[in-house]
Order: sequence, then C-alpha cells, then structure tokens
Amino acid sequence: MKKASQRVAFGETLVELGKEDSNIVVLGADLCSSTKTAMFEKHFPERHFNMGIAEESLMSAAAGLAISGKTVFASTFAVFATARAHDHIRQSIAYTRANVKIVATHGGITVGGDGATHQVMEDLALMRVLPNFTVVVPADAPETKKAIRAIAKHPGPVYVRLGRTDVPIITKEKDDFQIGKATTVRKGKDVTLIGTGIMVSVCVEAAEKLADKGISARVLNMSTIKPIDEDAIIKAAKETGAVVTAEEHNVEMGMGSAIAMVLAEHKHVPMKRVGIPDVFGESGGSDELMNKYGLTVKNIVSATHDVLKRKDKKVSGKK
Amino acid sequence: MPVFPDELIYKLEKQANTNRQHIVEMIYRAGSGHPGGSLSSIDVLTTLYFHEMKQDGKNPTMEDRDRLVLSKGHACPGLYACLAENGYFPVEELKTLRKLGSRLQGHPDMHKTPGVEVSTGSLGQGIAVSVGMAMAAKLDRKQYRIFCIIGDGECQEGSVWEALMASSHYKLDNIIFILDRNQLQIDGPTERIMGIEPLEAKFKAFGMHVIQINGHNMREILAALDEGTWFVGKPTMIIAHTLKGKGVSFMEGALEFHGKAPNKEEYELAMKELKEEAKHLDQEWKEKSLKKNKKGGGRK
Repeated sequence: MKKASQRVAFGETLVELGKEDSNIVVLGADLCSSTKTAMFEKHFPERHFNMGIAEESLMSAAAGLAISGKTVFASTFAVFATARAHDHIRQSIAYTRANVKIVATHGGITVGGDGATHQVMEDLALMRVLPNFTVVVPADAPETKKAIRAIAKHPGPVYVRLGRTDVPIITKEKDDFQIGKATTVRKGKDVTLIGTGIMVSVCVEAAEKLADKGISARVLNMSTIKPIDEDAIIKAAKETGAVVTAEEHNVEMGMGSAIAMVLAEHKHVPMKRVGIPDVFGESGGSDELMNKYGLTVKNIVSATHDVLKRKDKKVSGKK
Repeated sequence: MPVFPDELIYKLEKQANTNRQHIVEMIYRAGSGHPGGSLSSIDVLTTLYFHEMKQDGKNPTMEDRDRLVLSKGHACPGLYACLAENGYFPVEELKTLRKLGSRLQGHPDMHKTPGVEVSTGSLGQGIAVSVGMAMAAKLDRKQYRIFCIIGDGECQEGSVWEALMASSHYKLDNIIFILDRNQLQIDGPTERIMGIEPLEAKFKAFGMHVIQINGHNMREILAALDEGTWFVGKPTMIIAHTLKGKGVSFMEGALEFHGKAPNKEEYELAMKELKEEAKHLDQEWKEKSLKKNKKGGGRK
C-alpha cells in the first residue's frame, strides 16, 4: 500500500484554510517543524504564535483567542497536548466550549525511538472523558485533509490525533468524511473489524488474509471516537454477528472499550479488542513496536478466529 | 500622580462599601465561599467596574468593551456584586449564590452569568487566557484592554509564569495584571507555605512594567490603572498590597476566613460594621463638600 504523512497533510490543509479564512490562528509549542504548523507560519507569520515549551500556556492562550472570536488550532505532540495540559484543556477549553482545535501529532507507540515518555497510549481516554469534546482519529493522509477541513467548520472543542510515521493510504479522494460517522472500507458478512487511525489499514490487510480462508470480514473506519457512531456499531453487530476492534492505544480505555459499551447495552455479540496492553512503551522501530505490542495483521486474524468460534457456539447453542 | 476629584473617590469608596455588604450577605446566605479574598480585591474591582472599564450592563457583549478576567475565580462574590450593581442581572439574584440552579456558580461560569468573560476557578489559567485575548485584540487592531486579577498564592502555579513570559514576549501592553497581594493562602501566610517574594524583581525579570500600590487606596488604584493603560511595549503588573478580609474587623488578616462563611452572629456584626462605615463615609463627604462650598463661596 502507498504511504503518506498525516502531518504534512495537516500542514498543507492549514495553509489552504489560512488562505480561505483570515480568522484562523495557529499556536504551537516549539515543535512547529515536527507538527508542520511551521508551514502555516511561513505563509501567515502574524497569525502563528509559538508559545515555547509551555503547553499549559498554549492551551489557555488558545482558549483566550477562541473566546475572542478566533478559530484556533493548537498543536504539539499528543503526550504533551493531552497529559501535560489536561486541566487547562478541561477548564479553559472544554468547560468554556472554546472553539479550539487541538491537533496533536506523534500519538501512540509508532513514535518509535523516543520511547515511553513520548509514546502516549492514553490520549484518547483523556480526551474522551471531557464533556463538550469531539475526538477524531483520521485513518490516513487524505482523510486527515478532510477531517481538518471538517473540524475547522465544526463549532467547539475538538481533539485530533495524528501519527508520526507515514501511514498506508486506504481512503479515496471521493470518500465522504463526516464527524461522528464511521465509514465502510470493505464489505463483509461474517465478522466486522473496526479500526481507527493507522489500524484501519492493518484491518484491511487482515480482511484480505481472512478472505483467503473463506471468511468475509467487513472493515469499518471509526474515525470519530467521540461521539461514537452507535448506529454503525449496532448495524455491524446485527449483520455480521461478531466484532473485532483494533487501535494503537491502551486497549483498556480507548475505542474498543467505547464500542464494548455500545455492544453491551444494545447488541450482544462475541467481541475482542486488539490494542496495546496497559503498559508503557519502549524505544524501537515503529514496525518492531507494533509487532511487539500486538498491533499486527496476525493479532487481528487470531482475534477474528476467536470471536468466530464463540459466534458458532452461540449459534449452535441456540439450536 | 494625576488628581482625582474628591467626589469620585467618595463615590468609589461608598460603592466598595455596598459591594462589601453584598459579599458578606451572599456568602452568609450561601453558607460557603471565600470572604477573605473577595474583600481584599473589592476596592480594585469596584474601581474597575464603576470608573475605569468601558462596559455596559445592558449590553454585556458590546464589541469594544474592556474585558476582565478574574483568574482568582474564588473571589467571584465581589465580581458578582459589581456586575449586579451595573445591571448585568438583578441585585436580588445575588442571594442565589452557590444554590442549585443559580446563574451564580461557586466559581465564575461565562455561560451562566452575564458579564463573566471567562470561566475560572482552577488557578493559574486566567493569565494565559488573558494573553490569548490580548493577542486577539492586537490581531484585530482593537483598542480594548484586558484586566486580569491574580491571587498571590496563585503565583505558586507554574503556568502563571509560562503565561507572563508569553505576555512580555509578545509585548502585550493591552493587558493590565493586578495582583491581589493579601499575604495569605488557605494553609497560612504565602511566605511560610511557599515563598513567592521577591515579586517585584520576579515580574521585572519576566518583562513586566511593575507598579506597587496600596490596593485599598482608590487614588493609588486609579493612578496605577491610568499608568498601565498608557505604558507602551510591555504588559503592566500592578502589585496591589491588600489586607485579607478588609473592611470587617474580625475578618481582617484572619486566615480562617479565607474559605469560610460567617455564622449568624458574625454576619450581623459584619453588616453592622459595614453600615456604620457607610454612614461615616457619608458624613465625611458631607463635611468635605460643605467646607468646599464655603471655600468656593468665599472666592466668589
């Protein structure tokens, strides 16, 4: 699969938006060349503020600009954006419903060599729990462009998680993107694989492997974590009877757990969550780390066999 | 120092007295709240809301209004008194402070209370929010000012210094910070709990234009606000030296009234004192104006 950078897609889209809307202001915290807001700074230096290595100040100043009528993009690495500045996000952005778009890069374990301190596996959990927040995780570069455009128009606080590495392109230019709506990447009837972020592409690969064995797997791209698309989850559970979720995040408290809650309340089907266990990461190559921490095609295929076994039992048990 | 007319000073002192009565009454009725810091900062707030700021209670979202951010959100009874007395909402509503369903929350909520610009409460955030507001004003080439009231204990929060650094880095001379230096925080004197001095040297090192005043002297407050408004190229930090619980004898400098409501006896005593003070202010003004008229008459 061809790969492309979500960060560059973000930077390019910001520049486009900056040209279209003079009300857009961008804030960074010393990582502007990494997060690619530097691209915006180059075009619109007067509307780009580097707040230095000061994430709390970054978030509350973003709130002040938004309260004064600006559409504000605040960007830094996901671990600092969410974990370090959380109380500022909670009070000054979430509680005030400020029109701040936190677009964080370097989410998850694929950060690689920097190791555990820089690999945030709990950012989706931290952002999911805040009232008034919308949480978006685009699957690839083209979807990142659409997501950034969509959130610029969406009033109120939004968190977007992007990765460091180039990710396989699995969406098409013509695909629709709507906040709060999952999209079907691949049709199937035996099981549904629900992925988010980089894991959507891994789900697609897994579905291909499963097809070789005669298993028809549907793949959903859950690009919005909050509000989660309950209808799509329930429909998939009803139509395929089994669900596997996959995320580059702590598996105990991310997308999989949000989906588990929906299934527990609305439609009981065999389910299994694939993701990072409740541990800190470590240094290594991105692929090596995905391998070690259970984010591979193999993990998804084996989880699928597990839910299908339970599904068969359930079906025969009913007889 | 610029000369301010006696009548203005009398008017402000009288209004501050009324606001103090509201604070004591509100917190007594609520059964909880922070009288100490509300009373220490009320002279500054009164000067802002009854003279200095361009604002209109009938038009809370007026485009070019000056903005006030109460970073020490727990002093909101004072802010609510100023807002009610300016017609943002009925004075009668002050009684509902901290009650279920009230628009007057225990800490300020911009979406519930007309006139509250920013929700605050968790300390150390209003400073950076003010920085963002000042950046927006500069971007839009607006003339309005941002006033931000900070607590002294609040200065122990690291984010205060992050934001102050940004305010001088971006030369935000449209912000005036006012530090309510009342010396006390919940656990005791600031210098015993976690020393914050030397404040003037710290603020200067962080690029502020620093002014020190007696935060209960209306003339000094007015002059400092004036100086801060016209100072170019740097944000202004006014260190207002105040007394916690100012205006109620048994609350003055009393640690226990940082975050405790008066009981019935204390409430009655406080109100009696404040009403006597109001009478005294009227009497003083009457004598002063009589003397003035006499003097004026003599000249004629």
